[in-house]
Amino acid sequence: MACAVLAVQGAFIEHEQRLLELGEDCIELRQAADLARPFDRLVLPGGESTVQGKLLEEIGMLEGLRARIEDGMPTLATCAGLILLARDLAAHDDRGTPRLGTMNITVERNAYGRQLGSFHAQAECAGMPDVPMTFIRAPYIAKVEPSVEVLARVDGRIVAAREGSQLAVAFHPELDDDLRMHQLFLQM
Amino acid sequence: MPQTQTAAERVKLNRQLAQMLKGGVIMDVTTPEQAHIAEEAGACAVMALERIPADIRAAGGVSRMSDPAMIRGIQEAVSIPVMAKCRIGHIVEAQVLQAIDIDYIDESEVLSPADNVYHIDKTQFDVPFVCGARDLGEALRRVAEGATMIRTKGEPGTGDVVQAVRHMRKIQKQIRDVVALREDELFEAAKQLAVPVELLREVHATGKLPVVNFAAGGVATPADAALMMQLGAEGVFVGSGIFKSGNPAKRAAAIVKAVANFTDATMIAKLSENLGEAMVGINADEIELIMEERGK
Repeated sequence: MACAVLAVQGAFIEHEQRLLELGEDCIELRQAADLARPFDRLVLPGGESTVQGKLLEEIGMLEGLRARIEDGMPTLATCAGLILLARDLAAHDDRGTPRLGTMNITVERNAYGRQLGSFHAQAECAGMPDVPMTFIRAPYIAKVEPSVEVLARVDGRIVAAREGSQLAVAFHPELDDDLRMHQLFLQM
Repeated sequence: MPQTQTAAERVKLNRQLAQMLKGGVIMDVTTPEQAHIAEEAGACAVMALERIPADIRAAGGVSRMSDPAMIRGIQEAVSIPVMAKCRIGHIVEAQVLQAIDIDYIDESEVLSPADNVYHIDKTQFDVPFVCGARDLGEALRRVAEGATMIRTKGEPGTGDVVQAVRHMRKIQKQIRDVVALREDELFEAAKQLAVPVELLREVHATGKLPVVNFAAGGVATPADAALMMQLGAEGVFVGSGIFKSGNPAKRAAAIVKAVANFTDATMIAKLSENLGEAMVGINADEIELIMEERGK
Protein backbone atom coordinates (compact mmCIF):
# COMPACT_ATOMS: atom_id res chain seq x y z
CA MET A 1 0.00 0.00 0.00
CA ALA A 2 1.02 3.65 -0.19
CA CYS A 3 2.34 6.22 2.23
CA ALA A 4 0.16 9.33 2.48
CA VAL A 5 1.95 12.68 2.71
CA LEU A 6 0.01 15.64 4.05
CA ALA A 7 0.25 18.15 1.18
CA VAL A 8 -1.67 21.26 2.24
CA GLN A 9 1.46 23.41 2.70
CA GLY A 10 5.20 23.07 3.22
CA ALA A 11 8.01 20.76 2.12
CA PHE A 12 5.97 17.66 1.24
CA ILE A 13 7.59 16.97 -2.14
CA GLU A 14 10.97 16.48 -0.42
CA HIS A 15 9.48 13.67 1.72
CA GLU A 16 7.92 12.05 -1.35
CA GLN A 17 11.32 12.08 -3.10
CA ARG A 18 13.00 10.39 -0.12
CA LEU A 19 10.27 7.75 0.13
CA LEU A 20 10.38 7.07 -3.63
CA GLU A 21 14.14 6.53 -3.35
CA LEU A 22 13.31 3.80 -0.83
CA GLY A 23 10.75 2.24 -3.19
CA GLU A 24 7.66 3.45 -1.30
CA ASP A 25 4.62 4.68 -3.25
CA CYS A 26 3.15 8.01 -2.11
CA ILE A 27 -0.19 9.75 -2.31
CA GLU A 28 -0.86 13.39 -1.40
CA LEU A 29 -3.53 14.45 1.07
CA ARG A 30 -4.89 17.83 0.00
CA GLN A 31 -8.57 17.58 0.89
CA ALA A 32 -11.01 15.40 2.83
CA ALA A 33 -11.85 13.24 -0.21
CA ASP A 34 -8.21 12.08 -0.35
CA LEU A 35 -8.68 10.25 2.98
CA ALA A 36 -10.79 7.68 1.12
CA ARG A 37 -7.78 6.57 -0.94
CA PRO A 38 -5.86 3.54 0.39
CA PHE A 39 -2.79 4.25 2.53
CA ASP A 40 -1.20 2.56 5.51
CA ARG A 41 1.40 5.16 6.58
CA LEU A 42 1.35 8.89 7.15
CA VAL A 43 3.93 11.68 6.87
CA LEU A 44 3.34 15.12 8.39
CA PRO A 45 5.93 17.39 6.71
CA GLY A 46 7.62 20.63 7.69
CA GLY A 47 6.09 23.99 6.86
CA GLU A 48 4.13 26.38 9.02
CA SER A 49 2.19 24.56 11.74
CA THR A 50 -0.38 27.36 12.08
CA VAL A 51 -1.22 27.12 8.36
CA GLN A 52 -1.32 23.34 8.28
CA GLY A 53 -3.42 23.06 11.46
CA LYS A 54 -5.93 25.59 10.23
CA LEU A 55 -6.25 23.95 6.81
CA LEU A 56 -6.58 20.46 8.37
CA GLU A 57 -9.53 21.70 10.40
CA GLU A 58 -11.24 23.77 7.72
CA ILE A 59 -10.77 21.26 4.93
CA GLY A 60 -12.14 18.58 7.26
CA MET A 61 -9.16 16.23 7.65
CA LEU A 62 -8.34 16.73 11.33
CA GLU A 63 -10.70 14.11 12.80
CA GLY A 64 -10.03 11.52 10.11
CA LEU A 65 -6.26 11.72 10.52
CA ARG A 66 -6.48 11.73 14.31
CA ALA A 67 -8.56 8.52 14.19
CA ARG A 68 -6.00 6.78 11.96
CA ILE A 69 -3.09 7.79 14.17
CA GLU A 70 -4.94 6.68 17.31
CA ASP A 71 -5.64 3.35 15.55
CA GLY A 72 -1.88 2.88 15.29
CA MET A 73 -1.04 3.99 11.74
CA PRO A 74 2.76 4.50 11.53
CA THR A 75 3.33 8.26 11.39
CA LEU A 76 6.48 10.30 10.71
CA ALA A 77 6.22 13.94 11.75
CA THR A 78 8.92 16.52 11.08
CA CYS A 79 9.17 20.05 12.50
CA ALA A 80 5.69 21.57 11.92
CA GLY A 81 4.38 17.98 11.86
CA LEU A 82 5.80 17.42 15.34
CA ILE A 83 3.90 20.50 16.54
CA LEU A 84 0.68 19.08 15.03
CA LEU A 85 1.18 15.80 16.92
CA ALA A 86 1.98 17.41 20.28
CA ARG A 87 -0.69 17.16 22.95
CA ASP A 88 0.51 20.39 24.58
CA LEU A 89 2.30 23.58 23.65
CA ALA A 90 4.48 25.37 26.19
CA ALA A 91 2.39 27.28 28.73
CA HIS A 92 3.41 30.75 27.50
CA ASP A 93 2.35 29.83 23.93
CA ASP A 94 -1.29 30.86 23.97
CA ARG A 95 -2.16 30.59 20.26
CA GLY A 96 -4.89 27.99 20.04
CA THR A 97 -4.28 26.71 16.51
CA PRO A 98 -5.92 23.34 15.81
CA ARG A 99 -3.67 20.29 16.24
CA LEU A 100 -3.94 16.50 16.14
CA GLY A 101 -2.68 16.28 19.72
CA THR A 102 -2.11 12.50 19.67
CA MET A 103 1.40 12.36 21.15
CA ASN A 104 2.11 12.86 24.86
CA ILE A 105 4.72 15.57 24.49
CA THR A 106 4.95 19.29 25.22
CA VAL A 107 6.48 21.36 22.44
CA GLU A 108 8.26 24.69 22.50
CA ARG A 109 7.67 26.37 19.12
CA ASN A 110 10.33 28.54 17.41
CA ALA A 111 12.50 27.36 20.28
CA TYR A 112 15.78 28.53 18.75
CA GLY A 113 14.45 31.93 17.69
CA ARG A 114 14.05 33.33 14.20
CA GLN A 115 15.86 32.37 10.98
CA LEU A 116 19.26 33.57 12.26
CA GLY A 117 18.91 30.83 14.91
CA SER A 118 18.45 28.06 12.30
CA PHE A 119 21.36 25.60 12.26
CA HIS A 120 22.73 22.29 11.06
CA ALA A 121 24.10 19.65 13.43
CA GLN A 122 24.98 15.96 13.61
CA ALA A 123 24.01 13.73 16.51
CA GLU A 124 23.09 10.19 17.43
CA CYS A 125 19.42 9.33 16.88
CA ALA A 126 17.73 6.05 17.84
CA GLY A 127 21.17 4.45 18.23
CA MET A 128 22.28 5.57 14.74
CA PRO A 129 25.51 7.60 14.82
CA ASP A 130 26.04 10.98 13.13
CA VAL A 131 22.55 11.61 11.80
CA PRO A 132 22.53 14.97 9.92
CA MET A 133 19.98 17.30 11.46
CA THR A 134 18.77 20.50 9.83
CA PHE A 135 16.82 22.80 12.14
CA ILE A 136 14.82 25.58 10.45
CA ARG A 137 13.08 27.93 12.92
CA ALA A 138 12.71 24.66 14.75
CA PRO A 139 10.76 23.56 17.80
CA TYR A 140 12.07 21.18 20.46
CA ILE A 141 10.32 18.83 22.84
CA ALA A 142 10.25 20.46 26.26
CA LYS A 143 8.62 17.56 28.13
CA VAL A 144 7.63 13.93 27.51
CA GLU A 145 5.28 11.57 29.37
CA PRO A 146 6.72 8.19 30.52
CA SER A 147 5.09 6.44 27.53
CA VAL A 148 7.39 8.37 25.17
CA GLU A 149 10.86 7.14 24.22
CA VAL A 150 13.46 9.87 23.69
CA LEU A 151 15.51 9.14 20.54
CA ALA A 152 17.85 12.11 20.26
CA ARG A 153 19.07 15.16 22.09
CA VAL A 154 21.08 18.11 20.78
CA ASP A 155 22.66 20.33 23.44
CA GLY A 156 20.51 18.63 26.04
CA ARG A 157 17.22 19.39 24.22
CA ILE A 158 14.98 16.55 23.04
CA VAL A 159 14.77 16.71 19.24
CA ALA A 160 13.41 13.25 18.38
CA ALA A 161 10.99 10.90 20.14
CA ARG A 162 8.78 7.88 19.56
CA GLU A 163 5.50 6.87 21.17
CA GLY A 164 3.93 3.69 19.85
CA SER A 165 3.71 4.14 16.08
CA GLN A 166 4.37 7.89 16.14
CA LEU A 167 7.89 9.05 15.25
CA ALA A 168 8.39 12.79 15.69
CA VAL A 169 11.52 14.86 14.98
CA ALA A 170 12.21 18.58 15.29
CA PHE A 171 14.64 18.55 12.35
CA HIS A 172 14.24 17.83 8.61
CA PRO A 173 15.53 14.38 7.53
CA GLU A 174 13.89 15.05 4.13
CA LEU A 175 16.40 17.87 3.44
CA ASP A 176 19.61 15.89 4.00
CA ASP A 177 21.20 13.19 1.92
CA ASP A 178 20.69 10.47 4.50
CA LEU A 179 17.81 8.02 4.29
CA ARG A 180 18.15 6.41 7.72
CA MET A 181 15.31 8.27 9.42
CA HIS A 182 12.92 7.37 6.60
CA GLN A 183 14.14 3.77 6.76
CA LEU A 184 13.45 3.73 10.49
CA PHE A 185 9.93 4.99 9.74
CA LEU A 186 9.32 2.35 7.07
CA GLN A 187 10.38 -0.38 9.50
CA MET A 188 7.72 0.70 12.01
CA MET B 1 22.37 27.01 20.45
CA PRO B 2 24.11 28.76 17.77
CA GLN B 3 26.75 26.38 16.61
CA THR B 4 28.93 28.22 14.17
CA GLN B 5 27.76 27.76 10.63
CA THR B 6 29.89 28.19 7.54
CA ALA B 7 28.75 30.58 4.82
CA ALA B 8 27.81 27.61 2.63
CA GLU B 9 25.69 26.12 5.44
CA ARG B 10 23.95 29.49 5.90
CA VAL B 11 23.04 29.64 2.21
CA LYS B 12 21.64 26.13 2.47
CA LEU B 13 19.63 26.91 5.61
CA ASN B 14 18.28 30.07 3.99
CA ARG B 15 17.22 28.23 0.82
CA GLN B 16 15.63 25.61 3.06
CA LEU B 17 13.50 28.14 4.94
CA ALA B 18 12.03 29.10 1.56
CA GLN B 19 11.29 25.41 0.97
CA MET B 20 9.21 25.40 4.17
CA LEU B 21 7.13 28.31 2.84
CA LYS B 22 6.15 26.45 -0.35
CA GLY B 23 2.46 25.98 -1.03
CA GLY B 24 1.81 29.02 1.13
CA VAL B 25 0.71 32.64 0.88
CA ILE B 26 2.86 35.55 2.07
CA MET B 27 0.79 38.64 2.85
CA ASP B 28 1.69 42.35 3.02
CA VAL B 29 0.70 43.87 6.36
CA THR B 30 1.14 47.37 7.75
CA THR B 31 0.04 46.95 11.40
CA PRO B 32 0.14 44.26 14.13
CA GLU B 33 -3.65 43.95 13.75
CA GLN B 34 -3.34 43.16 10.05
CA ALA B 35 -0.52 40.72 10.81
CA HIS B 36 -2.80 38.95 13.26
CA ILE B 37 -5.61 38.77 10.68
CA ALA B 38 -3.14 37.38 8.12
CA GLU B 39 -1.84 34.70 10.51
CA GLU B 40 -5.38 33.71 11.50
CA ALA B 41 -6.28 33.43 7.83
CA GLY B 42 -3.38 31.01 7.25
CA ALA B 43 -0.55 33.16 5.88
CA CYS B 44 2.76 31.23 5.94
CA ALA B 45 4.65 34.51 6.48
CA VAL B 46 3.95 38.24 6.50
CA MET B 47 5.75 41.12 4.80
CA ALA B 48 5.90 44.08 7.19
CA LEU B 49 5.79 47.43 5.41
CA GLU B 50 4.56 50.93 6.14
CA ARG B 51 2.46 51.29 3.03
CA ILE B 52 1.20 48.60 0.70
CA PRO B 53 2.26 49.04 -2.94
CA ALA B 54 -1.10 50.52 -4.04
CA ASP B 55 -0.69 53.31 -1.48
CA ILE B 56 2.97 53.81 -2.40
CA ARG B 57 1.74 54.45 -5.96
CA ALA B 58 -0.93 56.84 -4.73
CA ALA B 59 1.41 58.74 -2.40
CA GLY B 60 4.33 59.09 -4.81
CA GLY B 61 7.66 60.39 -3.53
CA VAL B 62 10.54 58.31 -2.20
CA SER B 63 9.60 55.05 -0.60
CA ARG B 64 12.02 53.58 1.98
CA MET B 65 12.52 50.76 4.47
CA SER B 66 9.87 50.73 7.23
CA ASP B 67 10.40 52.02 10.76
CA PRO B 68 12.14 49.24 12.75
CA ALA B 69 9.77 49.86 15.67
CA MET B 70 6.81 49.13 13.41
CA ILE B 71 8.48 45.92 12.18
CA ARG B 72 9.18 44.85 15.78
CA GLY B 73 5.51 45.36 16.63
CA ILE B 74 4.61 42.92 13.89
CA GLN B 75 7.32 40.45 14.96
CA GLU B 76 5.77 40.43 18.42
CA ALA B 77 2.24 39.97 17.09
CA VAL B 78 2.76 36.72 15.16
CA SER B 79 4.69 33.43 15.35
CA ILE B 80 5.06 32.94 11.57
CA PRO B 81 8.15 34.32 9.75
CA VAL B 82 8.27 38.10 9.30
CA MET B 83 9.83 39.58 6.17
CA ALA B 84 10.58 43.23 5.40
CA LYS B 85 11.67 45.23 2.36
CA CYS B 86 14.82 47.22 1.78
CA ARG B 87 15.59 49.38 -1.24
CA ILE B 88 17.53 47.85 -4.11
CA GLY B 89 21.24 48.37 -3.41
CA HIS B 90 20.69 49.84 0.07
CA ILE B 91 23.30 47.88 2.02
CA VAL B 92 22.64 49.67 5.30
CA GLU B 93 18.86 49.19 5.27
CA ALA B 94 19.63 45.48 4.86
CA GLN B 95 22.11 45.61 7.75
CA VAL B 96 19.45 47.26 9.91
CA LEU B 97 16.90 44.58 9.05
CA GLN B 98 19.43 41.87 9.87
CA ALA B 99 20.18 43.61 13.17
CA ILE B 100 16.52 43.39 14.20
CA ASP B 101 16.52 39.65 13.48
CA ILE B 102 14.19 39.70 10.46
CA ASP B 103 13.44 36.26 8.95
CA TYR B 104 13.76 37.29 5.28
CA ILE B 105 14.69 40.54 3.50
CA ASP B 106 12.95 41.46 0.24
CA GLU B 107 15.37 43.62 -1.79
CA SER B 108 12.42 45.11 -3.56
CA GLU B 109 11.61 47.18 -6.63
CA VAL B 110 8.45 48.29 -4.80
CA LEU B 111 10.59 50.76 -2.84
CA SER B 112 12.57 53.53 -4.56
CA PRO B 113 15.94 52.10 -5.65
CA ALA B 114 18.94 53.37 -3.68
CA ASP B 115 21.39 52.29 -6.36
CA ASN B 116 20.78 52.42 -10.10
CA VAL B 117 23.59 49.98 -10.93
CA TYR B 118 24.36 47.57 -8.14
CA HIS B 119 22.23 45.20 -6.11
CA ILE B 120 23.31 44.29 -2.58
CA ASP B 121 26.04 41.62 -2.31
CA LYS B 122 23.76 39.30 -0.39
CA THR B 123 26.54 36.76 0.21
CA GLN B 124 27.83 39.14 2.92
CA PHE B 125 24.75 38.59 5.07
CA ASP B 126 23.59 35.75 7.33
CA VAL B 127 19.93 36.65 6.91
CA PRO B 128 18.20 35.39 3.74
CA PHE B 129 17.05 37.53 0.80
CA VAL B 130 14.21 37.20 -1.70
CA CYS B 131 14.42 39.22 -4.94
CA GLY B 132 12.10 39.93 -7.86
CA ALA B 133 12.76 38.72 -11.41
CA ARG B 134 11.09 39.08 -14.79
CA ASP B 135 13.10 36.46 -16.62
CA LEU B 136 15.66 33.71 -16.09
CA GLY B 137 18.60 36.09 -16.47
CA GLU B 138 17.41 38.39 -13.68
CA ALA B 139 16.55 35.39 -11.48
CA LEU B 140 19.99 33.77 -11.81
CA ARG B 141 21.84 37.08 -11.42
CA ARG B 142 20.04 37.59 -8.11
CA VAL B 143 20.87 34.00 -7.05
CA ALA B 144 24.53 34.66 -7.96
CA GLU B 145 24.41 37.73 -5.69
CA GLY B 146 23.17 35.51 -2.87
CA ALA B 147 19.35 35.58 -3.06
CA THR B 148 17.94 32.34 -1.64
CA MET B 149 14.41 32.81 -2.94
CA ILE B 150 12.99 34.39 -6.11
CA ARG B 151 9.59 35.87 -6.88
CA THR B 152 8.20 37.24 -10.10
CA LYS B 153 8.06 41.01 -10.10
CA GLY B 154 4.63 41.35 -11.67
CA GLU B 155 3.48 44.95 -11.44
CA PRO B 156 2.93 45.66 -7.73
CA GLY B 157 -0.01 47.61 -6.41
CA THR B 158 -2.15 47.28 -9.52
CA GLY B 159 -4.36 44.28 -8.78
CA ASP B 160 -3.63 43.36 -12.40
CA VAL B 161 -2.13 39.88 -12.67
CA VAL B 162 -1.04 40.19 -16.30
CA GLN B 163 2.63 41.02 -15.64
CA ALA B 164 3.07 38.27 -13.02
CA VAL B 165 1.69 35.82 -15.60
CA ARG B 166 4.06 37.12 -18.25
CA HIS B 167 7.08 36.88 -15.95
CA MET B 168 6.23 33.39 -14.67
CA ARG B 169 5.58 32.07 -18.18
CA LYS B 170 8.81 33.60 -19.42
CA ILE B 171 10.94 32.11 -16.63
CA GLN B 172 9.35 28.66 -17.10
CA LYS B 173 9.78 28.82 -20.87
CA GLN B 174 13.42 29.85 -20.57
CA ILE B 175 14.05 26.99 -18.13
CA ARG B 176 12.59 24.52 -20.63
CA ASP B 177 14.78 26.03 -23.35
CA VAL B 178 17.90 25.62 -21.18
CA VAL B 179 17.02 22.00 -20.38
CA ALA B 180 16.80 21.30 -24.12
CA LEU B 181 20.33 22.57 -24.82
CA ARG B 182 23.39 20.38 -25.35
CA GLU B 183 25.94 20.79 -22.58
CA ASP B 184 28.42 22.48 -24.91
CA GLU B 185 25.77 25.10 -25.74
CA LEU B 186 25.49 26.25 -22.12
CA PHE B 187 28.50 28.61 -22.33
CA GLU B 188 26.89 30.67 -25.09
CA ALA B 189 23.52 30.60 -23.30
CA ALA B 190 25.20 31.87 -20.12
CA LYS B 191 26.73 34.70 -22.13
CA GLN B 192 23.38 35.61 -23.70
CA LEU B 193 21.58 35.56 -20.34
CA ALA B 194 24.50 37.32 -18.57
CA VAL B 195 24.60 34.71 -15.79
CA PRO B 196 27.31 32.41 -14.34
CA VAL B 197 27.57 29.17 -16.30
CA GLU B 198 27.60 27.09 -13.07
CA LEU B 199 24.10 28.25 -12.20
CA LEU B 200 22.92 27.56 -15.74
CA ARG B 201 24.35 24.02 -15.49
CA GLU B 202 22.26 23.53 -12.37
CA VAL B 203 19.10 24.66 -14.19
CA HIS B 204 20.03 22.39 -17.11
CA ALA B 205 20.41 19.38 -14.79
CA THR B 206 17.38 19.93 -12.54
CA GLY B 207 14.86 21.70 -14.80
CA LYS B 208 14.19 24.30 -12.13
CA LEU B 209 15.68 27.36 -10.47
CA PRO B 210 18.28 26.59 -7.76
CA VAL B 211 15.96 28.29 -5.24
CA VAL B 212 12.22 28.39 -4.53
CA ASN B 213 10.20 30.60 -6.91
CA PHE B 214 7.02 32.38 -5.79
CA ALA B 215 4.60 34.56 -7.77
CA ALA B 216 4.09 38.21 -6.83
CA GLY B 217 2.69 41.46 -8.17
CA GLY B 218 -0.99 41.94 -8.94
CA VAL B 219 -2.55 38.82 -7.36
CA ALA B 220 -6.00 39.85 -6.08
CA THR B 221 -8.35 36.84 -6.10
CA PRO B 222 -8.30 33.11 -5.19
CA ALA B 223 -8.45 32.37 -8.93
CA ASP B 224 -5.43 34.66 -9.57
CA ALA B 225 -3.45 32.78 -6.92
CA ALA B 226 -4.43 29.37 -8.30
CA LEU B 227 -3.56 30.57 -11.81
CA MET B 228 -0.03 31.41 -10.71
CA MET B 229 0.31 27.99 -9.04
CA GLN B 230 -0.87 26.23 -12.21
CA LEU B 231 1.74 28.19 -14.16
CA GLY B 232 4.48 26.81 -11.92
CA ALA B 233 4.73 29.14 -8.91
CA GLU B 234 5.66 27.35 -5.69
CA GLY B 235 3.67 29.82 -3.57
CA VAL B 236 2.23 33.32 -3.77
CA PHE B 237 2.84 36.80 -2.37
CA VAL B 238 -0.29 38.91 -2.03
CA GLY B 239 0.35 42.57 -1.44
CA SER B 240 -2.35 45.16 -1.88
CA GLY B 241 -4.94 42.53 -2.91
CA ILE B 242 -6.00 41.63 0.63
CA PHE B 243 -6.11 44.77 2.74
CA LYS B 244 -7.38 46.90 -0.17
CA SER B 245 -10.44 44.66 -0.50
CA GLY B 246 -13.86 44.72 1.16
CA ASN B 247 -13.41 41.73 3.52
CA PRO B 248 -9.68 41.09 4.10
CA ALA B 249 -10.01 38.17 6.55
CA LYS B 250 -12.34 36.21 4.28
CA ARG B 251 -10.41 36.97 1.10
CA ALA B 252 -7.09 36.06 2.75
CA ALA B 253 -8.42 32.70 3.98
CA ALA B 254 -9.92 31.97 0.56
CA ILE B 255 -6.60 32.67 -1.20
CA VAL B 256 -4.76 30.36 1.24
CA LYS B 257 -7.16 27.51 0.49
CA ALA B 258 -7.06 28.14 -3.25
CA VAL B 259 -3.25 27.83 -3.21
CA ALA B 260 -3.43 24.55 -1.27
CA ASN B 261 -5.95 23.14 -3.78
CA PHE B 262 -5.01 25.03 -6.91
CA THR B 263 -6.27 22.42 -9.39
CA ASP B 264 -9.70 21.94 -7.79
CA ALA B 265 -12.01 24.28 -9.72
CA THR B 266 -15.06 23.23 -7.71
CA MET B 267 -13.37 24.31 -4.50
CA ILE B 268 -12.07 27.54 -6.04
CA ALA B 269 -15.60 28.34 -7.25
CA LYS B 270 -16.88 27.97 -3.71
CA LEU B 271 -14.01 30.01 -2.29
CA SER B 272 -14.72 32.80 -4.76
CA GLU B 273 -18.33 33.25 -3.62
CA ASN B 274 -19.35 36.39 -1.74
CA LEU B 275 -15.88 37.66 -1.02
CA GLY B 276 -17.04 41.25 -1.13
CA GLU B 277 -15.39 43.90 -3.19
CA ALA B 278 -12.04 43.03 -4.73
CA MET B 279 -9.33 45.65 -4.82
CA VAL B 280 -10.40 48.14 -7.48
CA GLY B 281 -7.16 47.83 -9.38
CA ILE B 282 -5.47 49.78 -12.11
CA ASN B 283 -4.63 48.31 -15.50
CA ALA B 284 -0.91 47.68 -15.57
CA ASP B 285 -0.64 49.51 -18.90
CA GLU B 286 -2.37 52.64 -17.58
CA ILE B 287 0.24 53.45 -14.95
CA GLU B 288 3.16 55.80 -15.22
CA LEU B 289 5.47 54.32 -12.60
CA ILE B 290 6.71 50.96 -13.86
CA MET B 291 8.23 49.24 -10.83
CA GLU B 292 9.24 46.10 -12.74
CA GLU B 293 11.82 48.16 -14.66
CA ARG B 294 13.77 48.71 -11.45
CA GLY B 295 16.79 46.46 -10.86
CA LYS B 296 17.69 44.22 -13.80
